[in-house]
Amino acid sequence: MKHVRMIAAAAVSVALALGAVAWIGADLLRDKTSSSVFDIGGPFVLASARGGTVDSKTLAGQSYAVFFGFTHCPEVCPTTLYEMSNNLVSLGDAAEDFRVFFITVDPARDTLAVMKDYVSNFDPRIEALVPTDDQLKQLASEFRVYYARVPTSDGGYTMDHTATTFLFDRNGSFTGTLSYDEAAETKQAKLRKLLGR
Amino acid sequence: MKLYNQIVLASALALACVMTIASGQAHEITFGNLVIHHPWSRQSPMAADVAVGFMTITNNSKEDDRLVKVTSEISTTVQIHDMKMVGDVMKMEELPDGVIIPAGATVKLKPRALHIMFMGLKRQVVEGEEFSGSLTFEKAGTVTVDYEVAAPGGDMSDME
Ligand SMILES: [Cu+2]
Repeated sequence: MKHVRMIAAAAVSVALALGAVAWIGADLLRDKTSSSVFDIGGPFVLASARGGTVDSKTLAGQSYAVFFGFTHCPEVCPTTLYEMSNNLVSLGDAAEDFRVFFITVDPARDTLAVMKDYVSNFDPRIEALVPTDDQLKQLASEFRVYYARVPTSDGGYTMDHTATTFLFDRNGSFTGTLSYDEAAETKQAKLRKLLGR
Repeated sequence: MKLYNQIVLASALALACVMTIASGQAHEITFGNLVIHHPWSRQSPMAADVAVGFMTITNNSKEDDRLVKVTSEISTTVQIHDMKMVGDVMKMEELPDGVIIPAGATVKLKPRALHIMFMGLKRQVVEGEEFSGSLTFEKAGTVTVDYEVAAPGGDMSDME
């Protein structure tokens, strides 16, 4: 009888231990899933509308944001860039050396000259970058950004694209996103947090 | 004299009131059985080639109608588009057959949804200005409307 009780107790301990392992395992997995978002982004060297190129390696010590769009965008792109401009002003000194890169997903129409004029509407910390088709493909896979041409009846096209802003800290590590649907205050709070890092 | 002053003051106040209301008021066009409420647009970024238009259309007739064609003085091309967010992706497509305005119903063209797309801008669309255009309905015919231009990122949906 004593024997049976000991076996039962042992079984319970094993079950508890297994449970604990499963619990920790699940936690680790969950961590792994959330940390997989930290893989977003990658090094880039892209032509800038200001002339020359921007090399992400030279950004050490500066936090920055990356947004993909196109100048024929009716709503999401101008709204995002106006909102970002307002946020940069509201953030004051904290955002002094913050940089924002607006990368076109429509390099066929968005030449360096077009992008230069377009970003002149916004805060000067917003810089326009124009990738080649191959660079764009590479960026899209690294940032997990979707973009596609949608033809229109006039023989032209519009672009579907990911409307997320990606945030990187002073070490160049991806720290999170601003989603288009978030309230302006939420976006500003996230930027404030990023700049405080 | 005192009364006179009061009348002058009251008149001035009344006039100021009327003017304030007039400049910030929603406008409405009744066209047969259709009511088109407050067409508006948004300032487009300088150098941008596109702008948007929004409005609310109510069909008071017993028959469906359809907005089939749109023109404007500010662009070479005008299309009717639908936009939606699918997850984090902005998706937009042209509605080549236009928009049905069902009998007795109201259809709202607004940000992040159905909109008029002005393409091939002849000039920048600037806040505070107005521009005109036409709307052609399958049954009701063609009507001229004026769009009021909101600030960049502004929203006049509440006035629709
Ligand atoms: Cu559109």
